[in-house]
Amino acid sequence: MQYKSQIVAKHYFVGALVLFVAQILFGLVMGLQYVVGDFLFPAIPFNVARMVHTNTLIVWLLMGFMGSAYYLVPEESERELYSPKLAIAMFWIFLVAAGLTVIGYLSVPYATLARVTGNDLLPTMGREFLEQPGITKIGIVVVALAFLFNLSMTFLKGRKTAITSVMLIGLWGLAIFFLFSFVNPDNLVRDKFYWWWVVHLWVEGVWELILGSILAFVLIKITGVDREVIEKWLYVIITLTLITGILGTGHHYFWIGAPEYWQWFGSVFSALEPIPFFAMTLFAFNMVNRRRREHPNRAATLWALGTGVMAFLGAGVWGFLHTLAPVNYYTHGTQITAAHGHMAFYGAYVMVVLTMISYTMPLMRGRAANSNAAQVMEMWGFWLMTIAMVFITLFLTAAGILQVWLQRVSETPLGFMATQDQVALFYWLREGAGLIFLIGLLTYLASFFKGEKAAG
Amino acid sequence: MSASFSTSAARNMFYGGSTFFFLIFLALTYNTEQQLPKRDQRAQLDNPAVVAGKRLWENNNCVGCHTLLGEGAYFAPELGNVYKRRGPDFIKAWIKAQPTGTPGRRQMPDFHFSDKDLDDIVAFLKYASEINTANWPPNIEG
Repeated sequence: MQYKSQIVAKHYFVGALVLFVAQILFGLVMGLQYVVGDFLFPAIPFNVARMVHTNTLIVWLLMGFMGSAYYLVPEESERELYSPKLAIAMFWIFLVAAGLTVIGYLSVPYATLARVTGNDLLPTMGREFLEQPGITKIGIVVVALAFLFNLSMTFLKGRKTAITSVMLIGLWGLAIFFLFSFVNPDNLVRDKFYWWWVVHLWVEGVWELILGSILAFVLIKITGVDREVIEKWLYVIITLTLITGILGTGHHYFWIGAPEYWQWFGSVFSALEPIPFFAMTLFAFNMVNRRRREHPNRAATLWALGTGVMAFLGAGVWGFLHTLAPVNYYTHGTQITAAHGHMAFYGAYVMVVLTMISYTMPLMRGRAANSNAAQVMEMWGFWLMTIAMVFITLFLTAAGILQVWLQRVSETPLGFMATQDQVALFYWLREGAGLIFLIGLLTYLASFFKGEKAAG
Repeated sequence: MSASFSTSAARNMFYGGSTFFFLIFLALTYNTEQQLPKRDQRAQLDNPAVVAGKRLWENNNCVGCHTLLGEGAYFAPELGNVYKRRGPDFIKAWIKAQPTGTPGRRQMPDFHFSDKDLDDIVAFLKYASEINTANWPPNIEG
């Protein structure tokens, strides 16, 4: 750690990991509710567990991005953070707001939460991933603006690198597109159309810029390859990301009432969306092969390589699997979507945040890398979580294929619930894989407390 | 990558390429807005029951279990075409009968809807079912 103010990242990373645990616990509750429908009913209905599962995911990834930016921008800019105090204050505001929102979800009916937070004045709630009460949404905007102000001031006064430029474009894009969460037309088609301006343009657009810049930063540090080479790759990857991803939004417009030409735009451009992810995998392996030094933090190298591979599989391959309009006609809104969502989020965003945490945490704790024993434990966490996620994805894919067949393709289509009964076996297997994931997560967390003696 | 392809060329490609494709996206969005009146049943929004039904749909987080035109959670049936699948009376009776309390079965909470609320929800679901969705879902089962 070259600049004292980088230490603020530690708060964000610890906060992120706490929310990660909550996310997984609620995921296990939901997984069980798929097969034991009345589990925890009426205390935690499925929709409540799901809001907590997805919202904690979003918030912990945002915290991870923020922590990454607070670490990365001072080092790249070669100066201290503009205001470390503001960064810490925003962390606590963000954490408390997230905590209160979760308590709100769990303690009162959603309609009550909507009423007491004034959803009638500006209705924005009750839409997938944007369930947060209006005041929480405003809180997110305030935290994001303070965060961007802090980073932009640091950036403007310091050295400007490709990595910080790309990261700031990504973060500003994230904030700007979030403003569409306040847009909720009565017209259902327009509601859905602009809803994707947050959801798709985040995860298949600006978030990928953040992902690319974090990965590039870590690769420079652990491989010692020339910045020039890595920055060129970064630009090529994010160019491919945006020229495929922006019109790739069309793959969400097939069946919501938008004109049919979106089936062509959406199919063609989203079929190209795996390319940037493939490039990212090549990039990571290429840089590690060309490394000019052996960095003592081997766990961080593993996470960086894993991000490339799993993002390509989850976002690229599993996305492509059901992205062409004639295929999507049958798979839209089935467990295939759930399978893709799980591996894509884990492979791209969870893993890149864990890559950054793996690289920076030892530095923030005063050592180049953790002890060998701690790294071995961390790598066990990596493999358990990653393999468990592969199996979660495979089981959900199997459930999805069966679901499509029984409910939509068969000569005598079954109803939704009858179909769900037929695929229960795969939900049980998914729940088992989820338990392994939890064990992997706990192993990973335990590695933070293992062996104080530094290696290398 | 070859030395002849410079970082600044890559950077310019990024700024130029993404701006170009975003402008195309905006143009297509404009065109979509022009075409939507023929597809989205917006005349029905003059009926206050439809808008009230959408608010009830949102305020009770129905999308947290169901899908609507394929988007949402995958825990409970697709409701974009439920009006055609079941009809208004079944929908109201079904909501009133919840939760079923059948051991081990998925449960829908009791949302304490009034008769007017139920009419509003039905109006909203009827509106959703009449949107031109390019013939999706593949069959009545959703």
